[in-house]
Amino acid sequence: MPDAKAKIALELNGEAVEVAFAPHKTLLEVLREDLGLTGTKHGCELGECGTCTVLVDGTPVLSCLLLGLACAGRRVKTVEGMAQRGTLHPLQEAFAELGAAQCGYCTPAFLLAAEALLASRARPTRDEIKQALSGNLCRCTGYIKIYEAVELAAARMRGEDAKPAPETLYGVR
Amino acid sequence: MASGKQPAGFHVVGKAHRKVDATAKVTGITRFADDLFLPRMLFAKLLRSPHPHARIVSVDTSRAAALPGVKAVLTGKDLPIPFGILPVSQDEHALALDKVRFVGDPVAAVAATTEETATEALELITVRYEPLRAVPDALDAVEHPEPAIHDYADAGNIHKLIDLEFGDVDAGLAEADVVREDLFFFEGNTHLPMEQHAAVADWSPPPDGKLTLWSATQTPHYVHRALAKVLELPAARIRVIACPNGGGFGGKSDPFSHEIAAAKLAMVTGRPVKITLTREEVFYCHRGRHPTLMWVKTGVKKDGAITGMHFKSLLDGGGYGSYGVASTYYTGALQTVTYHVPRYKFQGARAFTNKPPCGPKRGHGTPQPRFALEVHLDKIAEQLEMDPAELRLKHLVPPNSLTANWLRIGTMGLGPCIEKVVRGSGWKDRFKKLPYGKGIGLACSSYITGAGLPIYWNAMPHSGVQLKCDRGGGVTVFCGSTEIGQGSDSILATIVAEVLGLQPLDVAVVTGDTDLTPVDLGSYSSRVTLMTGNAAIQAAERARDVIALHAAKKLETAIARLTFAEGRVFDVEDPERGLTFAEAVQLAEAAEGTIGTVGSYTPAPSAGKYRGAGVGPSPAYSYSACVAEVDVDPATGIVRVPKIWIAHDVGRAINAATVMGQIEGSVYMGLGEALMEEMAYRGNRNVVHKIPSLLEYKSPTTLEMSDVVTYIVEDPDPNGPFGAKECGQGPLLPVPPAVANAVYDAVGVRIDEVPITPEKVFKALRRKEKGEAPRFGPAAFPDIAWPEPIRVPPPWEGGDGKAVPASPIPGLAPGVSRP
Repeated sequence: MPDAKAKIALELNGEAVEVAFAPHKTLLEVLREDLGLTGTKHGCELGECGTCTVLVDGTPVLSCLLLGLACAGRRVKTVEGMAQRGTLHPLQEAFAELGAAQCGYCTPAFLLAAEALLASRARPTRDEIKQALSGNLCRCTGYIKIYEAVELAAARMRGEDAKPAPETLYGVR
Repeated sequence: MASGKQPAGFHVVGKAHRKVDATAKVTGITRFADDLFLPRMLFAKLLRSPHPHARIVSVDTSRAAALPGVKAVLTGKDLPIPFGILPVSQDEHALALDKVRFVGDPVAAVAATTEETATEALELITVRYEPLRAVPDALDAVEHPEPAIHDYADAGNIHKLIDLEFGDVDAGLAEADVVREDLFFFEGNTHLPMEQHAAVADWSPPPDGKLTLWSATQTPHYVHRALAKVLELPAARIRVIACPNGGGFGGKSDPFSHEIAAAKLAMVTGRPVKITLTREEVFYCHRGRHPTLMWVKTGVKKDGAITGMHFKSLLDGGGYGSYGVASTYYTGALQTVTYHVPRYKFQGARAFTNKPPCGPKRGHGTPQPRFALEVHLDKIAEQLEMDPAELRLKHLVPPNSLTANWLRIGTMGLGPCIEKVVRGSGWKDRFKKLPYGKGIGLACSSYITGAGLPIYWNAMPHSGVQLKCDRGGGVTVFCGSTEIGQGSDSILATIVAEVLGLQPLDVAVVTGDTDLTPVDLGSYSSRVTLMTGNAAIQAAERARDVIALHAAKKLETAIARLTFAEGRVFDVEDPERGLTFAEAVQLAEAAEGTIGTVGSYTPAPSAGKYRGAGVGPSPAYSYSACVAEVDVDPATGIVRVPKIWIAHDVGRAINAATVMGQIEGSVYMGLGEALMEEMAYRGNRNVVHKIPSLLEYKSPTTLEMSDVVTYIVEDPDPNGPFGAKECGQGPLLPVPPAVANAVYDAVGVRIDEVPITPEKVFKALRRKEKGEAPRFGPAAFPDIAWPEPIRVPPPWEGGDGKAVPASPIPGLAPGVSRP
């Protein structure tokens, strides 16, 4: 029966969940349509833009190219899982502070790709940030504020009392 | 302000603020249109034409309608009333009625219980077409008036013809020491917002008879009007809610087929209907940059002073009118607002072609002529052996002046912009002095801060604001403006907070909802900060006046001594004597009843009174200067842009952080247009879009994006709220010509066409090697049967902004009548 739903168990944003869905669905569709987590966006559903990025077992993955069925027993993190107990993740905080989220549509994907980077590189260079985010398209920011936000968040996650440079917020005088 | 503090006298204006919607956006809470799920919701899909130009012979939907799960199928005859964004081009149907005009033109719509079922149903619809000759581009349209794509047009397949003359250009050219002619081509490109267009419609059946449409639209007011017209519903029974847009850039400014079809399907089925376009369909919606061929002839004195300019443009409009008439005027409107042009002639033509319609993309009609003009000036400077920066600085349009085409310039900060990028980039030590393969180029621009005239003629305000002061001390601002990521909600909050002495996050913002918010015309033409800002100031000042009246009574002081700051209302000369803002609101509310005020904004009438004077006037003009540094690989023609310096005169930064974001984002988009972005078609194969995907439509990733050094220049304009001018579009404009000029500095070839692809650079380099003209670009501008020009004497020739009567005898001097 083609419409029979499949059911899987996974760890989603730190919680054990079970979800039933049509077996042809991608993780993107399962998250948005069956789990109600619409923070994960889509820009092409063809694996071209990075907008649907989530973390699976800590690695950035294009949720539009991954079947939901393939996530059984795995650890999935979406943007909804970033803030903890009402406190924004340092990346979320820095993105908000610098205006690295303009329309905000690509933002969840950038946040998660950046989180994966910072998990392995506490002090990434600008080039490492560019490389890590090169699979994500943003049409609003020109990426500049995103780099600066990742650097600001990285510094704070290292325990530094970092503040945005004046020229970041006001330009060069 | 070097320390990053707000300017003296302001509480919050000028500071870098976190946007009011920032937290929602970084937590994924913001609800975009496709994030809405309503109970019993159906999913709609559109069947699109596989032909670029064809007559529809018949449509058979019976098999689709019979598919289990399909709830309704619509065709053109179900929505026969035409619509379009401009009153002069009501030439679209939600679903093609008798003809299709491009590959991707919607023909039928299906609503079904799942998206998969709706998609399956599309394949069961049988459409018989009678193919017609297709017009692949504008040059072909000039040569082939038949078969006509539309039954209305100025001539054959030429949608619009414009001929405007401001002074005797031939006399101006005769006075010149050097006269130069150049040809340029700007390829079409598209907005590519990361969010695909989506809409959800809901119908409450009679006796309510109320329709609600949530949509990713930049212009809910115009969608509201189009729905009322096509669906024949009273506007009062339609509610359009503009969801936050996941990027717009002009691409969500037209009323669209999918919005109307979803609404009709909801009415037919009695169930909510969602439609979300695929990425491929977004390319068919398009409304992006018009491919534009341009010819420019300018006379200059030895010192670079322009004596006269003649500019021609031919735009490839695609299958429908969209904003095209305005776009065409815009290709000729703003040449005069940067450097003084004493005599000016503009001829513009827009062709109908069998491609997705072109319309307004960031910079609307002006990046193309700006590219042409700034490269043209670079060539002139070289011919005159002048520094291109010096040439521009010497001939700036004076502030507070009228241009030849009767545009009223207010503040004009281009001079400081040029000085900043010249100094910052080390221009004087590097221009013409870098090793082969490395180069540096300069270009400037200007842009409108809102169109002076509305899209449909009316005498009402362009922007309205309502303000509600809560007795708890909170304030809610209601405005029809649409948040597309540019920060318009935050502008409202910041401005109201400034006037009432609050913090932006104390202000709740309700926008883009035709049931709840007064009309704002929409997020286009860089109008929002200036127009909603002025309306918000008026509403907030009215609220402040009422509150101050009662606070002064209570505090037993004069109203003139009261100030609103830090959440308090207090006596400036005795700051201890004061009330909290909430206490002050309560006093006012006790005395006057509910405290609510309104504000509105209408631009001043424009100075030009001739036909065509509606495009170009603006309350204020922003200015930008840009220096681009390039590395050109002579072996491959690959151009890399490591760094861009950009200075932008924003009048006054309301929120410095969002100004920075708009400038950097504009530079990014300009760089994409300069190097790689293009809407390419297989002209010889059915005019099919070559690359309707994000992978094949090249746009800059993090690896192509340049470093950006940004300078905010503030020359406050009296027409702007606290002096603010636009910043969301203008800084895009100088980037393509700056890159082109830098490529010439690097390798000595002129690429008179964007995008500046490796192939074009390579070809030009080979030509140079062979001793041919070291150039890549168009070779000719076609002969077009221009209409009799509208002649308008410039202000300095004693004109009054009106056209002189047309000569009754062809060739007779203007204004001279038969004896």
